[in-house]
Amino acid sequence: MHEMISGVFHAAFQNPMLDTRHDAAVLASPGQRLAFTTDSYVVHPLFFPGGDIGSLAVYGTVNDLAMSGARPLFISTGFIIEEGLPMETLVRIARSMSAAAQKACVQIVTGDTKVVERGKGDGVYINTAGIGVLEHDSVISPLEVRPGDLILVNGDLGRHGMAVMASREGLEYESEITSDSAPLATLVQKLMGAGVPLHCLRDITRGGLSATLNEIAEAAGLNFLIEEDLIPVRADVRGACEILGLDPLYVACEGRLVLFIPEPHLKQALAVLRDDPCGKQAAVIGRVRGPDPRGLVCSLSPIGVERVLDMLSGEQLPRIC
Amino acid sequence: MKYLDEYRDPALARKISRAIHRITTKPHVIMEICGGQTHAIVKFGVDVLLPGQITLVHGPGCPVCVTPLELIDKALDIAARPEVIFCSFGDMLRVPGSGKDLLTVKAEGGDVRIVYSPLDALSLAKANPSRQVVFFAIGFETTAPGNAMAVYQAYQQQIKNFFMLVSHVLVPPAMRAILSSPQNRVEGFLAAGHVCAVMGYEEYIPIAREFKVPIVVTGFEPLDILQGILMVVRQLEQGRYEVENQYSRAVKRGGNAPAQEIIKEVFEVAPRKWRGVGDIPHSGLKLREQYQSFDAEGRFGLSGMTREEPEECISGLILQGLKKPGECPAFGQRCTPQHPLGATMGSSEGACAAYYRYRRFTDFGKPRERGVIS
Repeated sequence: MHEMISGVFHAAFQNPMLDTRHDAAVLASPGQRLAFTTDSYVVHPLFFPGGDIGSLAVYGTVNDLAMSGARPLFISTGFIIEEGLPMETLVRIARSMSAAAQKACVQIVTGDTKVVERGKGDGVYINTAGIGVLEHDSVISPLEVRPGDLILVNGDLGRHGMAVMASREGLEYESEITSDSAPLATLVQKLMGAGVPLHCLRDITRGGLSATLNEIAEAAGLNFLIEEDLIPVRADVRGACEILGLDPLYVACEGRLVLFIPEPHLKQALAVLRDDPCGKQAAVIGRVRGPDPRGLVCSLSPIGVERVLDMLSGEQLPRIC
Repeated sequence: MKYLDEYRDPALARKISRAIHRITTKPHVIMEICGGQTHAIVKFGVDVLLPGQITLVHGPGCPVCVTPLELIDKALDIAARPEVIFCSFGDMLRVPGSGKDLLTVKAEGGDVRIVYSPLDALSLAKANPSRQVVFFAIGFETTAPGNAMAVYQAYQQQIKNFFMLVSHVLVPPAMRAILSSPQNRVEGFLAAGHVCAVMGYEEYIPIAREFKVPIVVTGFEPLDILQGILMVVRQLEQGRYEVENQYSRAVKRGGNAPAQEIIKEVFEVAPRKWRGVGDIPHSGLKLREQYQSFDAEGRFGLSGMTREEPEECISGLILQGLKKPGECPAFGQRCTPQHPLGATMGSSEGACAAYYRYRRFTDFGKPRERGVIS
């Protein structure tokens, strides 16, 4: 165990705080408001086109911090390892986490490993927790969303979910669909730096755009209208979804967020977004309408009829025909 | 995207909608057969673009919905056995049997797996010779060729641990049953495009003649459906009752001959019970004598099991076009996708699920101009 920790994890994550090899990392307090979050990762397969469980575990937590407008600083990581997991796999994951942490400008400062009996885990599960610092006074939350706000996304939707499904089920598409997994904190920092008022941000993960919008509409007690034609979805993702009977609006992403901003700042926001590698295909997809105690999200179909865009009760299941 | 965007074009949709308005002079009731069409209609709002005189009612073409309760209970019984790997298409997993659904059996430790093709189930059987692999073969003529091929290959390769729980149904006998009912109100049909891609449409010609109903083979995109409706309305207004093909990009008059051959090789026509509707003669498929050793009901000794439907559910009336989901007092109250009373709500393709998902608030379903956002 000791060998694994120093050989695999310390080697991959080395930094002064981790290198003290003490029970807890001692961090200098930046003296501002802090953001703190945690998330666990159980993806199967562990490696998929465009990412793996390691990079996902870093980006997921970084993105959760970023959604509060925080600059992510430190991450902890806990590994639940199933007995028999090849050491090479663990090394690959640790290296991927290290590269992801570097890309996301965070440090992995403390960690834990547990090994469970064979058959009691799915290779490896990872938990990460993260601390970020808020270097501003603004509040980013569903309660800050206002009628008239525009709803934006930073890029095309559904690639992560379809990439994972393809590698899990052995489906082959004509072109390889790679996950959209990416860290979003830098993008958010740039928007804040440019003075774009961010009323609310949320990363689009499980349940896709639909779940994300519904959660915010419900918390805000507002009614949203989106236009399906305006939502960027790549042709290969749409095609794969059509074949499997899935709706891309419910498919998970790992490097996408929705943004709620006041209309006068649209031009500025789009300029910043499209200047960043994670926002090249940013688009306005909808608008916040008035108060609505039901917190409904509505959608205008391509032929111009409005309907409810609801949250699914469970996971989307592929259809028969 | 090719084959999608051109069939969702708003300007063309308006154009066809205007043409339907122009030629409609009296009320008509039209039924779309397939659950995929039902969902497209409600999701895209195709019905909203129609004149008030045209009523669309939703047919029995949701394979999950018409699979009888006892078959689902048999599936649950088999899936719970420790020696079994139970394989199913995904949307069957949430459909309630008498007590629970397949997802619950899975959560309780049953080895239930979602597959994308019956051949995947056959591969699982080969890879797991010590287990009994059972595939839940439900559906219409669309899924029958693939299921037949899996049995055929299992027979050729002498795979002894592969079985099928068969609940195959056929469209034309169901149409006859609907049209023969004294309460029938259906005057024209949109036939299911993908069923016809396999079977062709010659078998619909006698139905159109006998019952004097226009039948138009129709696709699944909004423009397909609008055009199919236009063709049915035109026939109704002109007093014609012919079989026409709107979906010519996928459907040929004779259908797909090799697919039909493999169905005939493995299956034979048999009476079937339809959930909510009851027994319909000659309305299903069962394994031929030669392939009986692959029959899961025989293998697991479940042939005798029968079940009655819950009384409160009116899915039978909905599947025959006699009621619409909103007319059910339980709709959205005691019956929701989370707690369905029947399969039309429990299946993702069911008519009740479509109305619940897209229309459960009355202020929806009005056409409006696009471009309100930017």
